[in-house]
Amino acid sequence: MQPHDYLQLALYFGLLLVCTPLLGGFMATVFNGEKTWLSPVIAPLERLTYRVSGIDSVEEMSWKRYAASLLAFNLFGFLAVFGLMLLQNVLPLNPQGVNGTSVYLAFNTAVSFMTNTNWQAYSGEAALSYATQMLGLGVQNFVSAATGIAVIVAMARGIARRQASSLGNFWVDLTRATLYILLPLSLLLAIVLISQGVVQSFDSYVQATTLEGRSQMIPLGPAASQIAIKQLGTNGGGFFGVNSAHPFENPTPFSNFLQVFAILLIPAALTVTYGKLIGSAKQGWTIFAAMLTVLVVVLGVSLWSETQYNPVMQTAQQMEGKEQRFGVANSILWQMTTTVASNGSVNSMHDSSSPLAGGMALLNMMLGEVIFGGVGAGMYGMLMFVVLTVFIAGLMVGRTPEYLGKKIEAFEVQMAMIAILAPSAVILIGTMIAVLIPQGLNSLNNQGPHGFSEILYAFTSAAGNNGSAFAGLTVDTPFYNIALGFGMLIGRFGVILPALAIAGSMVTKKYTPPSLGTFPTDTPLFVMLLIAVILIVGALTFFPALSLGPIVEHLLMNAGRAF
Amino acid sequence: MKTFLIALRLFLVMTLITGILYPLVVTGIGQGLFAKQANGSVLKGAQNQVIGSELLAQKFDSVIYFQARPSACDYGTVASGASNKGPTSEALQKSVQERRTAFRASNNLAATQGVSQNVPAEMAFASGSGLDPHISPEAARMQIARIVAARSFDTKRSEALNNLVERSVEQPQFGIFGNARVNVLRLNLALNGL
Repeated sequence: MQPHDYLQLALYFGLLLVCTPLLGGFMATVFNGEKTWLSPVIAPLERLTYRVSGIDSVEEMSWKRYAASLLAFNLFGFLAVFGLMLLQNVLPLNPQGVNGTSVYLAFNTAVSFMTNTNWQAYSGEAALSYATQMLGLGVQNFVSAATGIAVIVAMARGIARRQASSLGNFWVDLTRATLYILLPLSLLLAIVLISQGVVQSFDSYVQATTLEGRSQMIPLGPAASQIAIKQLGTNGGGFFGVNSAHPFENPTPFSNFLQVFAILLIPAALTVTYGKLIGSAKQGWTIFAAMLTVLVVVLGVSLWSETQYNPVMQTAQQMEGKEQRFGVANSILWQMTTTVASNGSVNSMHDSSSPLAGGMALLNMMLGEVIFGGVGAGMYGMLMFVVLTVFIAGLMVGRTPEYLGKKIEAFEVQMAMIAILAPSAVILIGTMIAVLIPQGLNSLNNQGPHGFSEILYAFTSAAGNNGSAFAGLTVDTPFYNIALGFGMLIGRFGVILPALAIAGSMVTKKYTPPSLGTFPTDTPLFVMLLIAVILIVGALTFFPALSLGPIVEHLLMNAGRAF
Repeated sequence: MKTFLIALRLFLVMTLITGILYPLVVTGIGQGLFAKQANGSVLKGAQNQVIGSELLAQKFDSVIYFQARPSACDYGTVASGASNKGPTSEALQKSVQERRTAFRASNNLAATQGVSQNVPAEMAFASGSGLDPHISPEAARMQIARIVAARSFDTKRSEALNNLVERSVEQPQFGIFGNARVNVLRLNLALNGL
């Protein structure tokens, strides 16, 4: 760590603190349907969208209608990517003449991009046409992110409205999230990224003859437009196989800073949006504080771990899988933000990081992707833990638990537990199956405890809808494509549906004004309690698995053991 | 059924806006304002032939050129790739030892830099992209003596090479972001012009 590394970290978190209320407030205005400074440009496009799609923008939906609309919309996203991948060889915009992919890979990738995971079992520059990238993956980058935002907005309405029955309109929330938030930010970021050297072209690859006379293909493609939204929408799927380590995807330290900042921008701002929508910005800041605290701690541990002496490689500078222009500090900052935020893009290879930095990445995802988390997804995931925390606090003082004046009853706690346990079950059961069968083990790239970590990471990433990988594992196989595909589906809809059900139940409840016995949910005490619940649930569920992977590897590494 | 129809129509509208219009607008603006970068930052030679991209590493195994970082995919661009070997990998341990020995020997580090001089980490470890165009300033300086000898430079030209390397050092961007570094392809192109 050099002095300017600390300066950059300070700038990063400072900028995050400044942008969170600005963007958060703007988004609240958008979802309240009020006029914004973008309205003169966007509102006509918005109205046109409703007219062409046959949407009645004032219609209100029950939680079941809201959920059904969400599922129907996502189904078409799945079908589009699935079809494009199978048929890309006969479709236009395929200058490199790539073939259609296998059914397994198409299924996995379609699920992956529909669920905002962006797990990549392929290398974009070698396996996908420009049409698949733009019309399939690029579109899902927008609408899967907008889907997540819509769910948290609906949840906020469920909490804010009293003795009502509806949560808003899914079509409207999705359209507004896309047009007012994701699209303008992406446009801006994409253009700055091009100025730094990210490619944006529809030409076919350029043939070069190197200084030493070898031939080299220079890949091109509409990359900048996709990379901007992949970061802002916590998607993370790279245009190129090595993602944001690729010099065409992330050419300079400045492009790196912008991208790593874009990862947290919207998830952080949504805490304030949520606060404003429920009528108390302070409630949002409380959740922000809990998220930030956990991030700073895991970042500190990882930076420490990554700069320790590794007796196996005989150095304290672990540059394997890292780029010289970024160095260790930037690689670890990215590794932590991308795993807390369910983004999943990488600017270094997580598989090659030190055992505890890799372990922290795993832990971040195991905590349920609620530390900032995916856009929308992190916030509604966090509310599951808030429900649980309020419930536990209520048990401790022997009073009916309530959150923001609404009673938390058996149904809410049941739904929250489903949302917390479903992804955990995918991780533990999936990993268990994979380490017992040859189809799971044949894909390993590393031996010893690190091999176990590779498999554990794959299922954790899928269940958390993260998408980053210990990429040594060969995952373009029928077993992993199918197993991880179902893992991603459960990790996504196993949380969205309970979240909407809670919203649907909360919206009907009476408001009880706070009394002396009410446990306040906007205090430092609540921040600590919330963090404790998240860590205890995560630790109880995953400590044994983490011990077999990163922890034992750390101990063996320090003893000089190699595998 | 009505829900499915709306979903389909909205999906098509979104595909048009985010999948077609958005990338086209970005391409239009990008090609207009930053044509060089948008098209891969291509470097061309005297006869307008494409030599490469200043952002993508090339393989240099001749002694007369500065070497780039090791690449797990042998500098392949379609597809690019990394080793993904972990911190306790025996295979990686072996590669790192071999690379250190080779760098030490080819640049005669024991004689020029002293016996205990460490090989810079980025020259022993492969990059994430396999196409990292940069090395550290130290790694460039350590290769100067070898290149001077291989090209039989006289004192004046070897002084010029020293200056060239120092001029090629890019400091952290805006003084804050990233590491100091040297672009190997651009350095080698300039080296040919000395």
